Amino acid sequence: MAINLDIKVKRANKVYREGEKITGLILIQSPSDIKHDGISLTMEGTVNLQLSAKNVGIFEAFYNSVKPIQLVGMTSEVAPAGKIPSGKTEIPFEFPLTPRANKILYETYHGVFVNIQYLLRCEMKRSFLAKDLVKVAEFIVEYKPSGSEKATPHPVKFSITPESLQNVKDKSRIPRFSVTGHLDSTVCCITKPFTGELVVESCEVPIKSVELQLVRVETCGCAEGYAKDATEIQNIQIGEGNVPCGIAIPIYMVFPRLFTCPTLSTSNFKVEFEVNIVIIFQDDHLITENFRIVLSRY
Amino acid sequence: MARQTISCEWSSKPRHYLQECQKIHCASEEVLDHPLKPLVVTVTESRVVRRAFGGSTTSSTGSSTPTPTLDPLGVTLDGSDPLSQFACQEMDPLSKMAADSWDGIPNSKRGIDTTEDIVEPWSARKSGILSKFTTSEKLSIVTSFLSGGEKVVVKAQSSVVDKVKNRLEQLDDFEEGSVRQMLDLSQQEYMGRIEQLNQELVQAWHHDQRVKALKIAIQCSKLLVDTSVIQFYPSKFVLITDILDIFGKLVYERLRTKAEYYVPGSKTPTALPENFTPDMVPESAKETCRNWFYKIASIRELVPRLYVEMAILKSYSFLTSTEFSQALLRLTRMTRGIGDPLVAVYARCYLCRVGMTVATADREYIKENFYDFLATYHQLFTPTIRSELTKLKVDLSTYLTLYTPALDWILHGVATNAPEKLLVEILARCKEKCNSALLLNSIMAAFKPVYIASRALQFIELLSACDEEGFPQYLLFRTLGLCLTLADPPADVRLQVLNDVWRIVTKLEDPGHYISCAEVWIQFAVKHFSSREVNTFLGDIIRHMTPDRAFEQYYTQLQAVISKILMHTSDFESLFTMDKFLPLLDMFQKESIKVSVCKSVMDSFTANYQESTNDPVIINALMFICRILHDSVNALTVEDEKRQIGNLISAFVRNVEYGRDFEQQLSFYVEARSAFTNLDAVHAHLVHSVNRLAVETRCIVKGHHTRKTAAFVRACAAYCYITIPSITSVFTRLELYLLSGQVALLNQCLGQADACFKAALSIIPELPPTMDVDGKQKSTEPYLVSYVSQFLSTLLVVPDNPEQGVLYLTRALINVLQQYPWDLSCNAQAVIYMNVLDMLTAASQEYYLYHVEKVDSNDTLYGSDPKFITEINKMCSILLEEILIHLKNLGINEQYQAQATLAVSLFSRVVIRGNLKDGALLNLAVNLWNLAQKHNCVDPKQVTKIAEYLKKKSLQQDGNVYSELLAKIQFRKE
Repeated sequence: MAINLDIKVKRANKVYREGEKITGLILIQSPSDIKHDGISLTMEGTVNLQLSAKNVGIFEAFYNSVKPIQLVGMTSEVAPAGKIPSGKTEIPFEFPLTPRANKILYETYHGVFVNIQYLLRCEMKRSFLAKDLVKVAEFIVEYKPSGSEKATPHPVKFSITPESLQNVKDKSRIPRFSVTGHLDSTVCCITKPFTGELVVESCEVPIKSVELQLVRVETCGCAEGYAKDATEIQNIQIGEGNVPCGIAIPIYMVFPRLFTCPTLSTSNFKVEFEVNIVIIFQDDHLITENFRIVLSRY
Repeated sequence: MARQTISCEWSSKPRHYLQECQKIHCASEEVLDHPLKPLVVTVTESRVVRRAFGGSTTSSTGSSTPTPTLDPLGVTLDGSDPLSQFACQEMDPLSKMAADSWDGIPNSKRGIDTTEDIVEPWSARKSGILSKFTTSEKLSIVTSFLSGGEKVVVKAQSSVVDKVKNRLEQLDDFEEGSVRQMLDLSQQEYMGRIEQLNQELVQAWHHDQRVKALKIAIQCSKLLVDTSVIQFYPSKFVLITDILDIFGKLVYERLRTKAEYYVPGSKTPTALPENFTPDMVPESAKETCRNWFYKIASIRELVPRLYVEMAILKSYSFLTSTEFSQALLRLTRMTRGIGDPLVAVYARCYLCRVGMTVATADREYIKENFYDFLATYHQLFTPTIRSELTKLKVDLSTYLTLYTPALDWILHGVATNAPEKLLVEILARCKEKCNSALLLNSIMAAFKPVYIASRALQFIELLSACDEEGFPQYLLFRTLGLCLTLADPPADVRLQVLNDVWRIVTKLEDPGHYISCAEVWIQFAVKHFSSREVNTFLGDIIRHMTPDRAFEQYYTQLQAVISKILMHTSDFESLFTMDKFLPLLDMFQKESIKVSVCKSVMDSFTANYQESTNDPVIINALMFICRILHDSVNALTVEDEKRQIGNLISAFVRNVEYGRDFEQQLSFYVEARSAFTNLDAVHAHLVHSVNRLAVETRCIVKGHHTRKTAAFVRACAAYCYITIPSITSVFTRLELYLLSGQVALLNQCLGQADACFKAALSIIPELPPTMDVDGKQKSTEPYLVSYVSQFLSTLLVVPDNPEQGVLYLTRALINVLQQYPWDLSCNAQAVIYMNVLDMLTAASQEYYLYHVEKVDSNDTLYGSDPKFITEINKMCSILLEEILIHLKNLGINEQYQAQATLAVSLFSRVVIRGNLKDGALLNLAVNLWNLAQKHNCVDPKQVTKIAEYLKKKSLQQDGNVYSELLAKIQFRKE
């Protein structure tokens, strides 16, 4: 199988915004002439929703998966049936990135129960005997600077003590400790790191680790109601071992691309984010402090 | 062939040396200029003056004759030669290249370059750390990239179980099932494994498995979290950061070369130039670079994330040129999250190290790092750490010394180019901390010694207070000592400094601690104080080292003490008047060390002590030391060692000079001979010295020996005569006999001269057939030829002993030569015979060419007595016959080339020396010529030269014979 089909968009980072034109090349490389029944290029953008087995029954999760929502769809015939000479062939293409009627182009997001994905699919139809050639390339959609909300700093101070803990069964088993700190903002720009400071004022037992957990909360609406699931995106350690007391440890986390997007709330689904500050003691007991955060593109 | 070998009666041509001399003497005239001068003095004084290349030879300076037309060379060089042009540039080309290779913002480059020069490179410290921090305990590695070891199951650590395990998390998780834990590795094995990881990383990188390479880098940095074998931690740090450095470089270089950069005006993409700016970087390369940083930002664990980001920190220059300071400060703050203070301080150390290589002049972050360390300093002494240490069986002071390499480096970064007030500031902050010994130590090591020295008393006060447990106090005093050897404290406090320090140091009970201080402070003492104080110091050292033979453990330190004393003492007199110096030397009881110490003493003596001495104290002491050296030589000693010792002792002998007291001098030589019996070199040197003594004596009496001086020079000759036989080398003996004979002759000691010459002749047969020249075996015959020639020229003036026959020494020489086992394929024997022939012709002249003053040579003794002349001619005839036989043999063996060469030289001898008026000789000459021409092996140039000579001679008066000869021989026209 020496035929090589490839799609290359012009931008190195593959990021496009609504209203822009996606330009690029279809690259075909073959050692011999290829006969084909037409080459087509499709651009599509969909929201895929999936119900988790936790919230609805396992069967429902299997059968009742929500129909994907198409945000954009466009096809064009790149080349009519014919022959492509051996060697390297480049076919340029151009698509305007405009949503379908009544739809909004959400940002690309790769989640567990919610997936927003934009694809370019190039298909080379071939005769009866040979297999069709398909190449799929993803591109990324981001909001335009205009018309999207800007993050306004919203600092938060926190203080974690045994008294501030909830759902504790046996208060007497909790060691004495006091952790204070602040987050620079709970409304964050997705391209800027999540920052703040944390001070372990005092702690009776040695600490094993201090971690920041980034959690996505995805909500899917369906006939029976809502299914809400929180899953971890990443876990970043900011304190290793028995961190010194009284020193401000920076809270610093870069939001991973693709796995995060501006906080999204629509009639059918929601994508929200939370950050947990997790303090793990030497004896593997852990304390978590939860913060809801709002992400925005700018 | 037989017709050529006729025997022939020799008769010499009479010569009138004086007349000949006058004839060839050139007329001389006075000149003002050195003829070679104009060639040398074309150097221009300034850049403005144009070079006058090949300027007129009459002018004394080239610049005085400016050439009107532009000299092409001068134009290109802009009036200065390339060397001085380079010198004019503010940077030499090498450092310029080095500066260019540091990428970064062009305008800030200069600033960085200057600091780079001053900051001592990390590599200089690496090996020191590796050799200092070692362990015999077993180590373990957990990794998925090495084969061997047992498999372990590593649990996924994420607290929320996720059904989609995304790429981000996989990065720092071990690949399942492949993780192996290697236990019980020795340090050597461990280092081997790390090296293996290193290779694995480079290999993965070159096989385009960059994620794998990154994973290896992450796993390596994970090893730095583990402090289980804490003594080894600094070395582990060095090994692993080396890998990280390589990783960082790979990433950086790949980004640079893969970036398709279009040089303005060109259409083909190339790699970025070394000194690119961010706006030159194409978007795709920036994207790749960003991807790296995103990837690293998602590493779960703190320590690997920090280390890997530091490793590729330099790649930030693809994105922005201003971010470095921010990134460095951010990383500095993030390091605070590391709980283990040791791990943290080394992470800071790496940060500072990386920070210095990136293009930023900002050094604020280094200070920040240090202050952060200060803020957590109390942690080192918390009960948690202490209990940890007892578990590891490490005491607190060892633990604290583990901090020094990192802390030194950080402070070094802080202190480079720092003003003095920073020291004051830092010192003040450190004083607030308790247990500040560790800090003080690094401060002293890092800041400019001048700053430390000017506060010496303050430091001593601080150090004296650090007597609680923790960082060992002796190390502090040692470091202070090191500072003070580099910079001097104010003169008025020096004594107080030494006294204050020594009050504490002398109380140290552990001899190891004591000597490591003494080793450093001795330099201070020697540099600033008189021998009295140094002597007391040495006494103290001896007192501390003697109990339980402690010195046996500390030879290297004691050696350092000696070498420091030697380095700063040019005055050997005071050195040996110290009554503790020789006892100190006595402490080296291990033979090899003792010898090397003595060697260093002698080395410094020969290097520093130029003028001669006659001080009995010095001589006695050095004699003692030289005896030790000499006695160390035995049958197993290597040649080079012998040579070194021989040179040292010879140098000592040379430096002993009693001035006009020649008797004393000779008796010293006698003593030296008896003391150093084993060394050829010394004996040879002694013979030379005594000969010199004899010649000096002669100079003083201007050749007129009194009875006393005559007796003295005879004693000298006798000394030589009996010293030479103990030398093993035949060559040396031969030369010395000849020399001593010549000196004896010069001093009119005829009997002694005769004896020497006879002795020389008697050992010629002992000459080995080959000798070693530059490691190759060469025949000794060329040597013998030159030696005999020299010998012959001496023999010319040696008067005959009336009790012996005519020219009995020459006869003896010929006899020896006849017996000598010559290599017959060579002409050596014949060449010597021809030289003897030369000498004999010279001996048959009425007046000899040269004489020894006040010695009547044979010309005066015999007065050209016909009997004497006949005797000589007889000898010549025999020699001639010998040569002819040799010629014949060459012909028989078909060595025509050699035969022709020999025939031509004999021909010239006969023509020049022989009396051609004798028809037989003329005949012989003709025959020789024909023989030479026979096989057409003669150099045509030589033939023409001879022809010219003969023609010239034939034109002079008495030239008839030459014309006759010319007529008889034909020159072949080529």
